[in-house]
Amino acid sequence: MHPVRKKRLLVILTIALILSAAVGLVMYALQQNINLFFSPSQVAMGEAPRNVNIRAGGMVVKGSVKRNSDTLAVAFDVTDFQHKVTIEYRGILPDLFREGQGIVAQGKLKDDGVFEATEVLAKHDEKYMPPEIAEALKSAQNSTDESAESVQSTY
Amino acid sequence: MSWAWFHKLGSPKWFFSWSKSWALPLFCVGCVCLFVGLVWGLAFAPADYQQGNSFRIIYIHVPVAMLAQSCYLALGVAGFVFLVWQMKMAPVFIKSMAPVGAVMALIALVSGAIWGKPTWGTWWVWDARLTSVLVLFLLYMGIIALQNSLDDLVLVNKAAAVISVLGLINLPIIKYSVVLLETLHQGPTFTLTKKPEMPPEMWLPLLFSVIGLYCFVAGLVLWRMQTEILKREHRSNWVKQEVMEHGL
Repeated sequence: MHPVRKKRLLVILTIALILSAAVGLVMYALQQNINLFFSPSQVAMGEAPRNVNIRAGGMVVKGSVKRNSDTLAVAFDVTDFQHKVTIEYRGILPDLFREGQGIVAQGKLKDDGVFEATEVLAKHDEKYMPPEIAEALKSAQNSTDESAESVQSTY
Repeated sequence: MSWAWFHKLGSPKWFFSWSKSWALPLFCVGCVCLFVGLVWGLAFAPADYQQGNSFRIIYIHVPVAMLAQSCYLALGVAGFVFLVWQMKMAPVFIKSMAPVGAVMALIALVSGAIWGKPTWGTWWVWDARLTSVLVLFLLYMGIIALQNSLDDLVLVNKAAAVISVLGLINLPIIKYSVVLLETLHQGPTFTLTKKPEMPPEMWLPLLFSVIGLYCFVAGLVLWRMQTEILKREHRSNWVKQEVMEHGL
């Protein structure tokens, strides 16, 4: 390679290296702040500030959703499979809100550890499948849970 | 290894005649694949078990989002080649590619917002993935603005190449934001190491529209480069000859 080009190549590579190191360090330092929400473990550990507007997220625990029959008030637990946080919300939940699915809630963590949400967003995972397959998987799952005999009938 | 092809690519005259035979076929193949992929995906592929039909926007969102990143990667490589080898064709490529990439990034942002409203419940959220793609769009706009605001071609070429190379740092941030950080955007469905989290009747049409959009953009950019070459080389003899023989 021509010496001039070689020099330019080295200069550019050095600049690129220094720049990526700088950006990497900035990202590392900001990691806590770049995360969109606090996980239930972080809340349990006391990392989430109280009584300020934050976001908390996690998987909605199966069977934990309690709806008030007269109002739009709803309470449910979210988990990251280590800790749980109870979220209270008054309003219309997104269509994809389901037990066993992820959500992100915006609101305040009260002193009693209950999270009072002003907005609930549904987080969906990266899995996609047709309804029939999901149905088949579900019934296969149920039948293995209940008895081994019925498995053959579902196939 | 012979570097002849590399030096040939740097010659506007050679590139012009070479690209003439590639632009139209690439563009046509792209259109056909894109048509097949979109019709198949939007009308015939099965609906999702959670999201129903609203998931079908994936057949638009994922290809344009991939292109938005790939176009920028190409810009960065071209900028690097220009800064080291001073290749004449690299700025031509950056000039032709930047607006196409900007359009892709914009469509990715808009289609993502349209998808986000029914599924997440919001048009926009400042999570790491969405914000870094917005930065990508702004980088494209910066390069375009720079190219149009300065008259000195030497300066423009150099400045656009520098921004293109520096902006590359954003690409790993976009890619890994959903893996390393907590975001509202879901993780990648397709990875190199694992099976896709989607059955073939869903990803086959997606594959068609992705390949189709790549070919479509390649053809489009080759055409735009030809125009740019004619503009920049309008004083040279071979361009005069070309125009005399084939017309404009």
